[in-house]
Amino acid sequence: MKETLEFFSFSDPNVRFVVLGTMILGATAAMVGSFAFLRKRALVGDAIAHAILPGVCLSFMVSGDKNPIALIIGAVISGWLSLMVIDGISRTTKLKSDAAIGIVLSVFFGFGILLLTSIQNSGNAAQSGLDNFLFGKAASLTQDDILIFSGIGLVLIVLVLLFYKEFKLISFNPDYAKVIGLPVKFLEFLLATITVLSVAVGIQAVGVVLMAALLITPASGARFWTNKLSYMILIATVFGALSGLMGSYVSYVAPAMPTGPWVVMCLSLLTISSIWFAPKRGMFARFKQHRDNKKKILQENILKLFYHLGEANQDFEAGRSFATLKASRELSESELDRGLKLLKQQNYLRKMTDLWYITQAGLEASKRVIKLHRLWEMYLNQRLKLEPDHVHNDAEAIEHIITPEIEQQLERELDFPVKDPHQSTIPYQES
Amino acid sequence: MNDKTAIEAHNLTVSYNRRPVLWNVDFELPAGQVIGIIGPNGSGKTTLLKAIMDLVKKSSGYVKLFEQDLEEVRERISYVPQRESVDWDFPASVMDVVLMGRYRKNKLLKRLSKADRDLAAEALEKVNMLEYSNRQISQLSGGQQQRVFIARSLAQGADLYIMDEPFVGVDAATEEAIMLLMQEMKKEGKTVVVVHHDLQTAKLYFDWIVLLNTRLVASGPKDQIFNEALLQEAYGGKLNVLSKVGELIKEKDFPVREK
Repeated sequence: MKETLEFFSFSDPNVRFVVLGTMILGATAAMVGSFAFLRKRALVGDAIAHAILPGVCLSFMVSGDKNPIALIIGAVISGWLSLMVIDGISRTTKLKSDAAIGIVLSVFFGFGILLLTSIQNSGNAAQSGLDNFLFGKAASLTQDDILIFSGIGLVLIVLVLLFYKEFKLISFNPDYAKVIGLPVKFLEFLLATITVLSVAVGIQAVGVVLMAALLITPASGARFWTNKLSYMILIATVFGALSGLMGSYVSYVAPAMPTGPWVVMCLSLLTISSIWFAPKRGMFARFKQHRDNKKKILQENILKLFYHLGEANQDFEAGRSFATLKASRELSESELDRGLKLLKQQNYLRKMTDLWYITQAGLEASKRVIKLHRLWEMYLNQRLKLEPDHVHNDAEAIEHIITPEIEQQLERELDFPVKDPHQSTIPYQES
Repeated sequence: MNDKTAIEAHNLTVSYNRRPVLWNVDFELPAGQVIGIIGPNGSGKTTLLKAIMDLVKKSSGYVKLFEQDLEEVRERISYVPQRESVDWDFPASVMDVVLMGRYRKNKLLKRLSKADRDLAAEALEKVNMLEYSNRQISQLSGGQQQRVFIARSLAQGADLYIMDEPFVGVDAATEEAIMLLMQEMKKEGKTVVVVHHDLQTAKLYFDWIVLLNTRLVASGPKDQIFNEALLQEAYGGKLNVLSKVGELIKEKDFPVREK
């Protein structure tokens, strides 16, 4: 608890740097990565991240120290080069882009490791810490780092906002963008540069291997919450920043824990929760929809049961015992019990001395389901030319889903038929 | 504008994956007509449109639009790509997509204006989709998606409309709506060029027909084109030797023009 308070008071300058740094990096990567996600280029981010290593090493060999700006420049150049090689391979050879990405990623990374090993064995004292690029060094971000990151982050965010509508179009329909005369080549170049830059700075927090997560995971999670691009990018950015905060917090209260991997863990947690709990698109919402469908089917089937029993002996008002109901339809005892209770709650059924009665409202509701069933049978019989003995099973399912709008259309199109294909009377509600 | 020729293709050869899919196609299409480009599957119809819009590289030949290069008349040309060429699960609303028709090179850093929104709404009205303007594009039926694409193109306010298979996978109501729209556009003096694969309806929809099967079979007013011999030639399969030479060019990675 004491650590939590200490952390969130942000009185320790070191905490401030780490938190601010990881939040900016997370937010920028998430924002830029949203477009990579939409353009179905999720793996390109991973390739860039790995391809950056040789650039960093070469720039260290040339400059001789770990000046962050020099390293970023080296990173951007080799990141860019990797993109061009991927593009070149898939354009001029028969290899598909996934193969090109795989080749470029491993060749560049292998070369980077080679350079890194040779630097480490060179005896240059300044090299210590260069291997942080492999796994990130969020916990040791300095004030200088933060200044540079926030500067770059700010520029990237402004660029994305400026070219937002054009980036939207080249992500959705690049051919159309070309046809209306937009400078698609330039826009793609710009977007690629922005991506490389965000990877080059992000890598310093989480390292080569985890960088792709920072780009793609926030957008994948955010997509579940909204159908609007601007909201999606906003949510992704918030996810990125939030997981930066959470990751630094975990590594603060448990000092043995690394920051970068925890940032990615928190991000994954946010995304997995989105996959489960997001309204409409989430798994949970879909389960609920299925359950509601089942509930509706069960209740309407029991109402139909009352109608059928009433129709058979021309007495809709008679009470029915549980055993009678159970015998007349394939329902398990617990299902029937549950359905009866649900219908009672809605005042469609009443229960007196162990007998169940249908109310006026219940009767009207049951008539509607029966009517839909028989109308649908008529429709199949007349319009799809199906034989009367082939229409029942279909109608059994469709009767539950027809909306009042389609109901009216069916009635009009079939001109309010009186009998269904089996010569049963179609009941219309008295209105 | 008093242009007589909307599109002129001169000796157009286009390769796809190195194999020529259009051989020496040469035609002139009149302005102010509804024109159908007809041919069997794989006859190069879509490639022809893409070559006209400069989306694929030409191996030889050139295309003129209103007797000029595409770059000079871009504002007057509008293109409706195939519906399946994009991912309709993209997070955008109907209005977002139609507004894309108002993007311009010289408006790169600017926001869209009220006038742009009005033009987009007007275009949606023309295809009877205005009430859906806030609907997510993932929730549209095939026919509605097609209408959104056409609305986007109308929002451009062009003179020549080039549509790739607008009648594929749409409901009867959409088909009729598109057909009426084409007639209306013709009345306004616009030119409409449509890739189409159904012979039955082609005669009803178009004034001018281009019959294509890798090479140009015929191009002319529909009454001259709809005869047994020409249709047989277009739909009677590919030319054997032509296909073989195409395969050879692909295999040897050979140029189609000496240079």
